[in-house]
Amino acid sequence: MEHMGIEPGRLQFSWISSAESTKFVEVVTQVTNAIKALGPNSDFTKKLAEVA
Amino acid sequence: MLSYAEKIREIAGRLLTSGAVEMIIGFRRGTIPMMNEPHFAKTPADVPKLVWDSHCGINLANYLTDRKEKIGIVAKGCDSRNIVTHIIENKIKREQLVVIGVPCRGMVDKRKIALKCPGEITEVVETETGITARGNGFSQDFDKQDVLQHNCSLCIHRNPVIHDELVAPPVEEQKGIDRYTDVRAIEAMSPEQRWKYFEDLLAPCVRCYACRNACPLCYCPTCFVDESRPQWVGKGQDASDVRTFHFLRAYHCAGRCTDCGSCERSCPVGINMRVFTKKLEKDCLDLFGWEAGLSPDVRPPLDVYRPNDPNDFIK
Repeated sequence: MEHMGIEPGRLQFSWISSAESTKFVEVVTQVTNAIKALGPNSDFTKKLAEVA
Repeated sequence: MLSYAEKIREIAGRLLTSGAVEMIIGFRRGTIPMMNEPHFAKTPADVPKLVWDSHCGINLANYLTDRKEKIGIVAKGCDSRNIVTHIIENKIKREQLVVIGVPCRGMVDKRKIALKCPGEITEVVETETGITARGNGFSQDFDKQDVLQHNCSLCIHRNPVIHDELVAPPVEEQKGIDRYTDVRAIEAMSPEQRWKYFEDLLAPCVRCYACRNACPLCYCPTCFVDESRPQWVGKGQDASDVRTFHFLRAYHCAGRCTDCGSCERSCPVGINMRVFTKKLEKDCLDLFGWEAGLSPDVRPPLDVYRPNDPNDFIK
């Protein structure tokens, strides 16, 4: 995805066991903050067809 | 390379007459120059139509999927690697096949020739090293090396990796080729530049799916773009849908693509979508030391777990 031009950091992977609730909260908070800092991604927003 | 045709016909005739195979898949001349098409010879009478020249770029492994009969197939280096991939993925059995191996020196890119000619090409004549294109009021000579398909000029597996018959002695493999200059050039760009690069690359795409249809890896009974329940991707010309199609198709080919160039060759508007698959090919080589289709006995990297598989991307 990053090769295609998505900003680094917008796509993240993590491995969390169902027993690791604390880690889950930590990761979700981290990811949310990181992505909020990047701002909204408009690249995949569909536009209405341009008509002449 | 031109003498191959005679030898292919001889082998095909022998295999069909003896009943060793029920069908030979090879090439016949197309309706216009430089467009050879697949030929399915089922009786010795069909054999004389078989040809071989520098316009046999289609990957014939595409026609093997789920066939039940015994088949003789003409295979270049890349075709043979895709046949191996088909065998690994249980799309055909090795016992069903008689592989007629063709050591290949590369196929020519019809667009490179057409671009340099002033008018419509009506006749193309070929010698061992050169090509002459003729049309109304012009005749132009080309060195074959100058008009090779891009993937052929970077090919490092010209000889078939599996074969039962070989039409000629193996050719010398190209050495010291840097296969990934184009991928590295993209890697060096900033995210915005990359986004722009792919946007420009895919702008002319008309979503005809010729690349998918020509690809020997794309054999799903229903492709994800054709699914309507659920509909994974929009069917229109919206840039994000076009991109999703190309991007996901490339992903489905990860660790399987042999860079045979069928997708690019078949594209009616000349998009080089190989830059997607080549990135994945490069990653497979860098991360897993894997090149697709070299041996039927080794499982592909996305198919096996190894304790030392790279996992730095997981936090």
